[in-house]
Amino acid sequence: MNETNKMKLTYDVVSGDFDRAGEASSAIKRLLQRLGIPADIIRRIAIGTYEAEMNVIIHAGGGVVMAEISPESTIIVVTDKGPGIPDIEQAKQEGWSTAPDYIRQMGFGAGMGLPNMIKCSDRIDIASEVNEGTKITMEFKHADKV
Amino acid sequence: MKLQKIVEALDLMVATKNADLGAEVSGGYASDLLSNVMGQAKTDMLWITMQGHQNIAAVAALLGLSAVIVAGGSHVEKDALEKAERNSVVILTTDLPAYEVIGRIYALGVKNEI
Repeated sequence: MNETNKMKLTYDVVSGDFDRAGEASSAIKRLLQRLGIPADIIRRIAIGTYEAEMNVIIHAGGGVVMAEISPESTIIVVTDKGPGIPDIEQAKQEGWSTAPDYIRQMGFGAGMGLPNMIKCSDRIDIASEVNEGTKITMEFKHADKV
Repeated sequence: MKLQKIVEALDLMVATKNADLGAEVSGGYASDLLSNVMGQAKTDMLWITMQGHQNIAAVAALLGLSAVIVAGGSHVEKDALEKAERNSVVILTTDLPAYEVIGRIYALGVKNEI
């Protein structure tokens, strides 16, 4: 793989901006559709990206969604300068959430975001420092494993 | 089954402008937890919910759902309708409770492959 075969895009995600929530995920989905990536793979990428994007909007003071698309795979990197995750293993547990009540009333904060990202992606790396921020890297292969 | 037939059978209100009711409905999913819907609902499904804020439009667009039915007379926010219209998402509303909506659609023969 040489660098010319890769597309890199970045999208800013603004804290608390529910008006634009899902726009980075939607833009990436549309691009992947134009590139002819299989629909079931796009679906997984859209779900994983949306969950990460929503986490930034809900928990962090804004962040960036970066997509790196090559013929073989899409890598989504979501970084924020939010409060960080003190216990990543705990955060991965289905049902664990620190979302405030008003977020839960909107149907978020059910503790399913990280589990969804883990299920949807072929590889996930979660790096987080308390009071520094969080970086989530998800890889999605464009073809099923042989 | 075509979305149009379900809209007529349940007398649903079409809340979004220029809605295309010709979509084929493949099944349904009911939940008010957005991540649960993200993880479980499939393309071309109907989604029955009580949520009426704009994130329902984002979820429906990302999953390629055939429509969102906001049940129980739950209020759909104006920006939810605008976002839905921008993304070609159909939002339907009804005063019928969610249980009744789902039962009637199921009785029409719209079932999921499980």
